[in-house]
Amino acid sequence: MNLDFSDEQKQLREQVRRFLSENCTSETVRSILEGPESYDKKLYQGLAELGVLGAAIPEEYGGVGLTHLELCVVAEELGRVLAPVPVSSSIYLTAEFLMLAGSEKQKETWLPKLAAGEAIGAFAFAEGQGRMAPSKIKATVTGGKLSGTKSPVADGDVADVLVVAAKNEKGEVSLYLVEAAAKGVSRETLESIDPTRSQARLTFDGAPAELLGADGDGWHIATQVLDRAAVLMAFEQVGGADRSLEIARDYALERMAFGRPIGSFQAVKHILADMYVSATLARSNCYYGAWALNSGAAEFPVAAATARVSATTAFQHCAKNNIQVHGGMGFTWAFDCHLYYRRSNAQAVALGSLSSWESQLIERMSAGNAEQAA
Amino acid sequence: MDFKDTPEEAAFRAEVRAWIDANAPKHLEEELQRASFGSNGVVSEDPIAAGKAWQKKKAEAGWACLHWPKEYGGAARTPIERVIWGQEEGPYAALGGVFTIGHGMCGPTVMSWASEEHKRALLPPLASGETVWCQLFSEPASGSDLAGLRTRAVKADDGSGDWIINGQKIWTSGAQYSDWGLLITRTNPDVPKHKGLTMFFLDMKSPGVEVRPIKQANGQSSFNEVYFTDVRIPDSQRLGDVGQGWEVSLTTLMNERLSIGSGMSTGFPELFRFCMDAEIDGEPAVADSGVRSKLAQFAVKQSGLKYTGMRAISALSKGETPGPENSIGKLVAGATMQELSMFALDIQGESGVLWNEESPQQGRFQAMLMRSPATRIEGGSDEILRNIIGERVLGLPGDIRVDKNVPFKDIPTSGRKSH
Repeated sequence: MNLDFSDEQKQLREQVRRFLSENCTSETVRSILEGPESYDKKLYQGLAELGVLGAAIPEEYGGVGLTHLELCVVAEELGRVLAPVPVSSSIYLTAEFLMLAGSEKQKETWLPKLAAGEAIGAFAFAEGQGRMAPSKIKATVTGGKLSGTKSPVADGDVADVLVVAAKNEKGEVSLYLVEAAAKGVSRETLESIDPTRSQARLTFDGAPAELLGADGDGWHIATQVLDRAAVLMAFEQVGGADRSLEIARDYALERMAFGRPIGSFQAVKHILADMYVSATLARSNCYYGAWALNSGAAEFPVAAATARVSATTAFQHCAKNNIQVHGGMGFTWAFDCHLYYRRSNAQAVALGSLSSWESQLIERMSAGNAEQAA
Repeated sequence: MDFKDTPEEAAFRAEVRAWIDANAPKHLEEELQRASFGSNGVVSEDPIAAGKAWQKKKAEAGWACLHWPKEYGGAARTPIERVIWGQEEGPYAALGGVFTIGHGMCGPTVMSWASEEHKRALLPPLASGETVWCQLFSEPASGSDLAGLRTRAVKADDGSGDWIINGQKIWTSGAQYSDWGLLITRTNPDVPKHKGLTMFFLDMKSPGVEVRPIKQANGQSSFNEVYFTDVRIPDSQRLGDVGQGWEVSLTTLMNERLSIGSGMSTGFPELFRFCMDAEIDGEPAVADSGVRSKLAQFAVKQSGLKYTGMRAISALSKGETPGPENSIGKLVAGATMQELSMFALDIQGESGVLWNEESPQQGRFQAMLMRSPATRIEGGSDEILRNIIGERVLGLPGDIRVDKNVPFKDIPTSGRKSH
């Protein structure tokens, strides 16, 4: 039994944490929150040079050729510091789409650029309000030309290549690669609750679209990739939950009221204990998800949804209570609490919202249970 | 990352599995599997006798108290071997319920504090199940505030050196069939409360010991009150120095939380099976989106506890000490079981009120509902556990104690206000 990261993976964690402590401070995050840029280009380039963007991409496609476990370690560290970079869109989603379903030529074209941070990818699925579902897709591809509107698309305003879910001529959901610079693509940045990660609306008007994966197999492929991305994002969420707890704990030790540190009051202490409980449950569930992702276990779909539900719940719980422990100071722009609160609520609805993952978890457990009984 | 045994672990597991397969009381397997929290385990025969018989068999083959030293009746096995044994013992582990307190708490305390002679006399029969121990700690006026206890131990004035005990304990599991008790008393009320305590072990058949079962809120009687009237204990049965009782009790309580918190059930697998079978408006309950949301939150608590346990086992397997993560076990399991049982009754609709032969799964969820309030209190209440996580794991300061440097006799109590 070894439900833990290896010594080498723990060394990688230290290395990434050191790099981020120098290159991704609160000021870095705030410059994206308050400034005109959609992401921190210098930080993203630094991560590429460190080799972490290409960690799980094979060497033949310009990656480092490690496993998804290393990528999980990196994700947790990025989540701890709220790194304002498009790693989830470009690496957890686009690179995974290419590795799972891309043709040899598509992989050769895009993976080296994604690993090197020279190109950014994004996944365009949603078309307005409501839960993710194939029936929501109205965009169409006819004769290799894409038309429709996608919103919101995380990092869609800065992406070079897009994986777009659209209906083929038979009305089946398929996936297409679309170059953002192509004729017929227009885009605008949208305001959101978390400006440290950008959101965009993309409008396609006969844009050239190249099939990704088998025709009509789009929903099936997307489900598999979303499961992978869910585990990686869950690690970011666990990092954010842990960091929220640390910040709240440190404040509770330092802030005095009624002549004593507020952390000595049980009302405050118990909030912090409950934050520790939810973060610990989420971490353990994420380790389960990481194991299943890396080993390709048959129970991976259940493990992915488990990790995702638990991590979303924990990050929201820890981020909101971090503000509560800080009292009024936690509601100021100057303290970092709101940065974690923003990110936790943005990630809770990314890749399909919490309630849809809850539903999928039980649906998958039911299916597995019925199979076992049969 | 993997869930595989090392070759040594796999060999040990195979050995254990073969022995259990050949020796377990298989005629009890079905009722042990069916039993759950808040309902009776073995009912077809005397559960104490069945537990003792299984323990004796284990002891004779060298499988009792695996982690204890051999000279005290154990097998000097590694922590990971103990875990593997527990996994393989499966439903038969429930037979050991009668020994939970003796093996988990009293034994380790005796091992840390008793004389060599007493250890060699007391521990082997405890390991082999010939004797049963109970823990005489809580009192009507001191539960979470254990150090506020009032049972008095006074030196006999006959020069024998014996101690005379008067007072009352409560919530004592298994007192009615225990041979020995671990008893904490107050020997000096003139010093601050933590400093005036002394620990003894006591023959439960001593004159002046009276055990009265408590009728609990769920109708069962698994706990007792124990009254002491001029009970005489030889000074040789003292554990630690006079006035050192608090320190001794910490050994017991540390072990209590480890043994109560590990591998606790939340009731989720049972609830999930129930929701697969139950219907809402002609559809399986699991197809309902509201049900799914609730179930998913229960599911991630159950699996979070499971994999937290596996992380601890991983540390043991590498010869490391597990982190503080396991301190969340009872806190999560107790509250989850209570909410989960309420939800199971909700799915049953109006019939959820019934607790009879018509109730699904022999009334399992009604039994859980009625037993679960105690889970959130026994062995450290939810509030005490949160204090422990806050102070020992997160490093927060303790609460300010107004009774800290006050002689015990001057501390205000419910019936005695301060001046």
